[in-house]
Amino acid sequence: MNALLAAGDPLLDGRIDLTVVLIVIGKTVAIFAFLLVAVMFYVWFMRKVIADMQNRVGPDTAGPWGLLQTLADGIKLFFKEQSVPDTADRRVFFLAPYISLMTAFLAFAIIPIGGKVSIAGHWTYIQLADLPIGILFLLMMSGLGLYGVMLAGWASGSKYPLLGSVRASAQLLSYEAAFGLAIVGVLLQTRTLSTRAIAEQQSWTGITSLGRWYVIPAFIAFVIYIISAVAETNHPPFDLVEAEQELVGGFHTEYTGIRFAIFFLAEFMNLITMSAIAVTLFLGGPSGPSLGFLSADNPVNTWLMPIFWFVAKLLALLFGTVWIRASLPRLRYDQLMDLGWKWLIELAFLWIMVSGTIIVGRDQGWNLFLVVPATVLGAVAVLGLLRLSMPKRSEFVEEMR
Amino acid sequence: MGRFSGFGVTLKQMFKPRVTGDYPTTKRPKPDRFHGRHVLNRYEDGMEKCIGCELCAGVCPAKCIYVRGADNPPDAPVSPGERYGFVYEINYLRCIHCDMCVEACPTEAITESKLFEFSFENRADAIYTKAELLVDDEGRARRQPWELWLGDEDDRTSGWMRATSPAGDADYEGRVNWSGELGFGVRDPEQGQSA
Repeated sequence: MNALLAAGDPLLDGRIDLTVVLIVIGKTVAIFAFLLVAVMFYVWFMRKVIADMQNRVGPDTAGPWGLLQTLADGIKLFFKEQSVPDTADRRVFFLAPYISLMTAFLAFAIIPIGGKVSIAGHWTYIQLADLPIGILFLLMMSGLGLYGVMLAGWASGSKYPLLGSVRASAQLLSYEAAFGLAIVGVLLQTRTLSTRAIAEQQSWTGITSLGRWYVIPAFIAFVIYIISAVAETNHPPFDLVEAEQELVGGFHTEYTGIRFAIFFLAEFMNLITMSAIAVTLFLGGPSGPSLGFLSADNPVNTWLMPIFWFVAKLLALLFGTVWIRASLPRLRYDQLMDLGWKWLIELAFLWIMVSGTIIVGRDQGWNLFLVVPATVLGAVAVLGLLRLSMPKRSEFVEEMR
Repeated sequence: MGRFSGFGVTLKQMFKPRVTGDYPTTKRPKPDRFHGRHVLNRYEDGMEKCIGCELCAGVCPAKCIYVRGADNPPDAPVSPGERYGFVYEINYLRCIHCDMCVEACPTEAITESKLFEFSFENRADAIYTKAELLVDDEGRARRQPWELWLGDEDDRTSGWMRATSPAGDADYEGRVNWSGELGFGVRDPEQGQSA
């Protein structure tokens, strides 16, 4: 058991004494606080950037530049009345938001935020837990998070939440497939599930290590990942789950006060976690050039710079999500399903075929100049066959009559 | 790339100037003829202009003005004439700010400032009495705690009135035809319509 734990973190290598326990507790609290503050900041950031894109000012009254607006909203929601519909299944109704919140928190535990540091004589990573099954754990948590949405809609005992949660289930299940396959597309190359190991494979050794960041060798997986992660988190343009014009509020229509806020907290947390996973898998995690004029073991280089690079990359991705939110209109439901089933899943499978063939070919010493074009051609041929075999919309409509 | 052109639009807008302002801290300048909260004006010697004739109350389409005139006490007159406005109340829950009271007033006693931000906490506050409507000794509107006054909103409450002839005689344009006001004297007319 100890050996298994130590595989993840040098902190748990030797004897586990009080200091080690305290360090772990400290890290837990720090990650918890980081995530809450990150959500607070993200909501502010999103509102400000969208305001900029719409030539508005955005929140600017609570705190400097309106930074505390989210906090003010949260406090307000705490003091609001909480109502429960008569027809609700009360126990499940109360439980559902916490399922969403808990899975959102847990998923973030596997993210490597910084490098290896020394605290009170112990070496440890700035990462809560480096599970040997890291990425599987993420899939597990995003799958479980679906229960929060589903149960919330079902337990509300009301029609719009039910419709919203049925949509949510269908959407999340569909995109879970594309999401998982996109991750497989990059795991083929990383050959490990541990997030720490994946981040270390992309560690910074100079400008050429940019080429080792998996966004380049697994670009298609990256694109599929980003699209399906946005859909997984019910972010626009895939926010059909809470399409106001059709469903009032979707699954959280009957929720009020702080329970309503918890759903939003969980949703934004999931978005941050998904972006953080993208940073870890594709953008090198905390790796980046350290300050050359300081020695390598200077606290600025060991503590600050990795966290700085991680947060900078995270911010870039989060800006991307905000940009998408401001630019794209919501998809129609059939377009959503088309994109998921007819494009993303197919492309992910083909990408797994191509990259798998290349990896095996490299191991076996095949002639890559022959293998690569052949697999790409094969993949395109398969895609063409698949698309030809699909019924055209006009035929489909004809059949429906 | 038609379906992705939205990204370019939003990015471009980020670098354009904001169209919205800092509303509660600064307000946009309002036009001279803005219809806001009323003030009851006084002459330069401090006498009230209102003579209690009730023309404003009669013309008010919302029936929100209540006026009672009274004879001026001979030893301490309130207004220069025979009578003065003894009671003057405007109910702002009814007022539609049509400015017909201002047009009806023969002495330019009632005019409108540029303030429209009220937030009463009860109905009694919404009924402004003479004590609240009458300008103070500087000729400025008395600011109630629930009103948001900023900048020069009480500066030009009446300068535009009758600066042109009602009959449309062009010679009357820009000619001042009214009496001086406490704190402001004879106000300049509004900029001419032909200018």
